[in-house]
Amino acid sequence: MLRAALLLTPCLLALCVWGYNSLEPQLFGFPFFFWSQILLIPISALFILAVYLLERR
Amino acid sequence: MIDNLNWEAASVFIAFFALVTVLGFVASRWKAGDLNQLHEWGLGGRRFGPWVTWFLLGGDLYTAYTVIAVPALVYAVGAFGFFAIPYTILIYPLLFAVFPKLWSVCREREYLTAGDFVLGHFGNRWLALAVAITGLVATMPYIALQLVGMEKVIEAMGFRGEGIWAHAPLTIAFIILAVYTYRSGLRAPAMIAFVKDIMIYIFVIAAVIVIPIKLGGYGAIFDSAGAAFEAKGGNTGLLLKEAQIWPYITLAVGSAMALFLYPHSLTGILAASGPGAIRRNAIALPAYSIVLAMIALLGLMGHAAGLKLSNPQDVVPQLFLKFFPDWFSGFAFAAIAIGALVPAAIMSIGAANTFTRNVWKPFVNPSLEGAEEAFIAKVVSVVVKVGALAVILLMPTKFAIDLQLLGGVWMIQIFPAIIFGLFTRLFSGWALLAGLIAGLASGTYLVWGPALTPIVPLGSVSVYAGLYALTINIAISASLSIIVIMMKRGSFSDASVKNYSDVNPGSS
Repeated sequence: MLRAALLLTPCLLALCVWGYNSLEPQLFGFPFFFWSQILLIPISALFILAVYLLERR
Repeated sequence: MIDNLNWEAASVFIAFFALVTVLGFVASRWKAGDLNQLHEWGLGGRRFGPWVTWFLLGGDLYTAYTVIAVPALVYAVGAFGFFAIPYTILIYPLLFAVFPKLWSVCREREYLTAGDFVLGHFGNRWLALAVAITGLVATMPYIALQLVGMEKVIEAMGFRGEGIWAHAPLTIAFIILAVYTYRSGLRAPAMIAFVKDIMIYIFVIAAVIVIPIKLGGYGAIFDSAGAAFEAKGGNTGLLLKEAQIWPYITLAVGSAMALFLYPHSLTGILAASGPGAIRRNAIALPAYSIVLAMIALLGLMGHAAGLKLSNPQDVVPQLFLKFFPDWFSGFAFAAIAIGALVPAAIMSIGAANTFTRNVWKPFVNPSLEGAEEAFIAKVVSVVVKVGALAVILLMPTKFAIDLQLLGGVWMIQIFPAIIFGLFTRLFSGWALLAGLIAGLASGTYLVWGPALTPIVPLGSVSVYAGLYALTINIAISASLSIIVIMMKRGSFSDASVKNYSDVNPGSS
């Protein structure tokens, strides 16, 4: 269950378009729409890493 | 023909092309194996560890066409082109959750293709044939589009040819590719992928640092892109329009579900040395997605740089020519062209494995094995490349783009047979075949029109046709399977699922 939840979380965040379809807040001149999605890429990798570490234990 | 040739760029380009050609031939001796066995030629003996797999899959999935088409779409419409980002976020949890298990099943039973899995699992060679043909038909235009990516950069270097000479560089490049793929099999693109991926990282990092400095920073880039979209009107802009949200979501989900079902993706995954290598890559491959996001931003930079393009696909080459010295443009163009060779080679190998195992062997020559089997696959890999080249030489580019679009809608239809089949024994082969055919037919029908459109209305919103057709496919597969179960009640057993043992993740 925990594994599935960890794997699904970044997917749901990526699909929650209403949550990030806005210009503000900006970061280094990037509208929120762009920087939030780019930031989600490494975050999604961390979620998968967490599952990987859980399985190895 | 070469009067306008940019010699500086072309020399660097040719030098790198020569380097990878040598690598392509040398690769036949790498991790030495008997290349007269199909699993050695077509899967590299399943001996690629985590690092090689990272380069190979990175080179396989993030293709030259992606490098040209994603920024082209962002240049043309803005935010909607960014659907590639949620798409690449979705693929890795899926890779992690599902494909180590598929690898284990395929290793244990010596399967090389999706069709092999389906045949072994359902014992239905017609379903296996349908799965194989879906993969073959979806892959062909994809290979052709890699050539489009390559031709864009050759054009940008100032090569102009008349008549049959127009496509001479492309034809030469493809003949060389065909020869070393024939000789070295999957080892060739695996080795070349190292060079390609490192080159792509270098040129992308240079682009996202140097170009914004010259254009006054990212704030200025987004401002001028926003103004350009405002002037253009329609469904363009820095944000999604209300009506674009469901297309954005469904396109990301549908593309993600289809990706690893393509023969070339599966070939890359099955060539890994084990489930552990695949799991680690699900964590490490998103590095390429960040590069893809940066490449997508190049589309916006095109507006800030004031490029006026009749074809949006020229945005990346033109940006390089405008902001970089010629030798570095040549380097970037070589990266894109080599970025076409790697996936084109893997796609042709994936298609060759599929044709040999799931069409030729079961329906033409059941006694096929060993060196003869590998020989058929090698020949098919050449035929597939010649076919793709012919499509580009003889047909308008639009034909390949339309076919590729349809290919995505078709590819996702094998999802139930592979993924549901991997986790449950509840579905019957004939029911899945009926669902698959219904999915292919309804998907094609939905997309069809004067201009093919992947986004179709559903109630009050619009959605990706592939996903729409997949729900029809699943509904039919599931309901027919339930009927089959009811009829066979008593004789039904779930025993065979238990035979599928995944390797203990702790030991990987």
